[in-house]
Amino acid sequence: MKNFLKKIWKWIDDRSGISESILPVITHPVPPRAKWSYVFGSATLFCFLLQVITGVALSLLYQPSSKEAYQSLQFITNQAKFGNVLRGIHYFGASAMIILVGLHMMRTYITASYKYPREMNWISGVFLLIFTIFMGFTGQLLRWDSNGVWSSVVAAQQLGRVPFVGEYLARLLLGGNTIGGQTLSRFYSYHVFIVPAFIFLFVAFHLYLVIRNGISEPPKAGRMVDPKTYRSWYQNLLKRKGVPFWPDAAWRDIIVSAFIIIAIIALAVLFGAPALTTPPDPSMVQTSPNPDWYMIPFFALFALMPHKIESIAMLLGPLLTIILLFSIPFISHKGERSPLKRPWAMFGVICVFVFVISLLVIGLQASWSPNFNTKPLPLTDIKSSNPDSTIVKGVHLFYAKGCQYCHTINHYGGKAGPNLTTVGNRLSIEELKVRIVNGGKNMPSFGGILSKEDLNNIVSFLHSQN
Amino acid sequence: MNDQLENEEISRRKFFMKLSLGLAGLSAAVAAVPVISAVLAPLLESKAQKWRTVGKLNDFKINTTNLVTFINADPEPYAGITAKSAAWLRRSSDTNFIAFAANCTHLGCPVRWEKDAHLFMCPCHGGVYYADGSVAAGPPPKPLTRYQVRVFKNEVQIKTAPLPITSIGASKSQPA
Repeated sequence: MKNFLKKIWKWIDDRSGISESILPVITHPVPPRAKWSYVFGSATLFCFLLQVITGVALSLLYQPSSKEAYQSLQFITNQAKFGNVLRGIHYFGASAMIILVGLHMMRTYITASYKYPREMNWISGVFLLIFTIFMGFTGQLLRWDSNGVWSSVVAAQQLGRVPFVGEYLARLLLGGNTIGGQTLSRFYSYHVFIVPAFIFLFVAFHLYLVIRNGISEPPKAGRMVDPKTYRSWYQNLLKRKGVPFWPDAAWRDIIVSAFIIIAIIALAVLFGAPALTTPPDPSMVQTSPNPDWYMIPFFALFALMPHKIESIAMLLGPLLTIILLFSIPFISHKGERSPLKRPWAMFGVICVFVFVISLLVIGLQASWSPNFNTKPLPLTDIKSSNPDSTIVKGVHLFYAKGCQYCHTINHYGGKAGPNLTTVGNRLSIEELKVRIVNGGKNMPSFGGILSKEDLNNIVSFLHSQN
Repeated sequence: MNDQLENEEISRRKFFMKLSLGLAGLSAAVAAVPVISAVLAPLLESKAQKWRTVGKLNDFKINTTNLVTFINADPEPYAGITAKSAAWLRRSSDTNFIAFAANCTHLGCPVRWEKDAHLFMCPCHGGVYYADGSVAAGPPPKPLTRYQVRVFKNEVQIKTAPLPITSIGASKSQPA
């Protein structure tokens, strides 16, 4: 029996040439001492495969229709066997891919692996980064709850800032003049057919380049990359010290990837899929759209940019970032690769890292948004121990007139404006009136909104906060 | 004689090469027509606008702002609830109505009317507008977009319009 199976395999292998073409690829020599920092690319690849498989499984249960997607998601989440876990894996897998793509890119930059002859590896990698972010964005949108609807509107608005053709691009993205039947169909097509096709193509190209140019040897301070001699030097290195990729180097890739995939599944089992918000009804306005965490830095940037330059920055920001990323291997393609000898490059990468993480942290707090959920300030939490009727009225008005959406007093309220717990120490009655009536830098003027009596009550309350 | 034959042979080969490339190009171009049409479909659809009744005249008190919902001009039969749009309708006098699109002009999030504060507020990035739709605070580059509104046979009607998209040159001044 065993011999018979062996014969069959030999026949298949002879006629198809599997061992002949695959073996040299998986056992190709790689530089020695390429250790744990080289695992991010393969981990990203395995996460991508996990996304493909769970994505195909989800598509068996999902209805890509503006009308019915929400119901099918409820079915997947609440009724389908393991449906909630399946959605969870796809969600945490997406998160892992974003993180790993980022780490892989940072590692490549830190060790300057993009230098000669691997410029094209970097460029195809930038394409893959863009596709991954696009997949993340469209993926959270296919969740087609109110967040999905408003994410598509927000994206259309950003495209609308493109000069001359912005309006057309926005309508193309939405699939019409308004949200409607075609909106989700188009996003589904982007997420499931078009962009994955490009990802497969670019992953194949990226891997082909890894084989063609070889993985970069770990850098050493003082060892320069010289395009004239590098290739022969590298071949020589492989001949003298190279080790076969499988199994000498690949075991690390597989251990890390397996660990990450197990972690993703564990998270999915523990936490399940992200909860669905309200139905995708564009006429339901009592909703606070919020993107998934990996989109939060962009979201935060839009709140924090100076408003005057924002429309231009919305257009130029992404454009310049992409141009810069593409031009990195052309700005410096030879010379030093060691991070120890490239202090400015290291400074840059730390700045970008801190910038993105800060935006994420600030964005999760979203203190610029009015706090619509704030509860009325109880009289026990004000400074005045024996409040008269004007102060009591002022406390109620402070809540009713929306002041508390943006201003905090004693942990009650929003953070868009200054904390007013002790405002009585800072401003006189007259100053308070002027501020409220005229508004300020980022505060509406309430002159036309409040009656004189209301104004006096609010001011007497605020002045008692000292 | 032989030379001539050879030249002819080469030109025949060239001819077939050009023919094959030309035909391949033609077939690709013809197949691309319906594909590109599908890609551009949203731009090719009708721009019809329709008056939609959103309530009776008496439903709206003077100096109040209310949420009204209506069905878009030409929804696909399979659009379901996504065919709906919302507007904030303000009755400013006996005969005067203003209808604001519910979309913030910053990034399109749904603004809500806070009736005691007399302000429209956006949950996304803190955009605030006064009752007349002008910008009160936050990042919005221009006032809330307006729909056309009319009173017809004692009914208040709103004219459907495309989702407002803010362009790069938007300014804070009130639209005419």
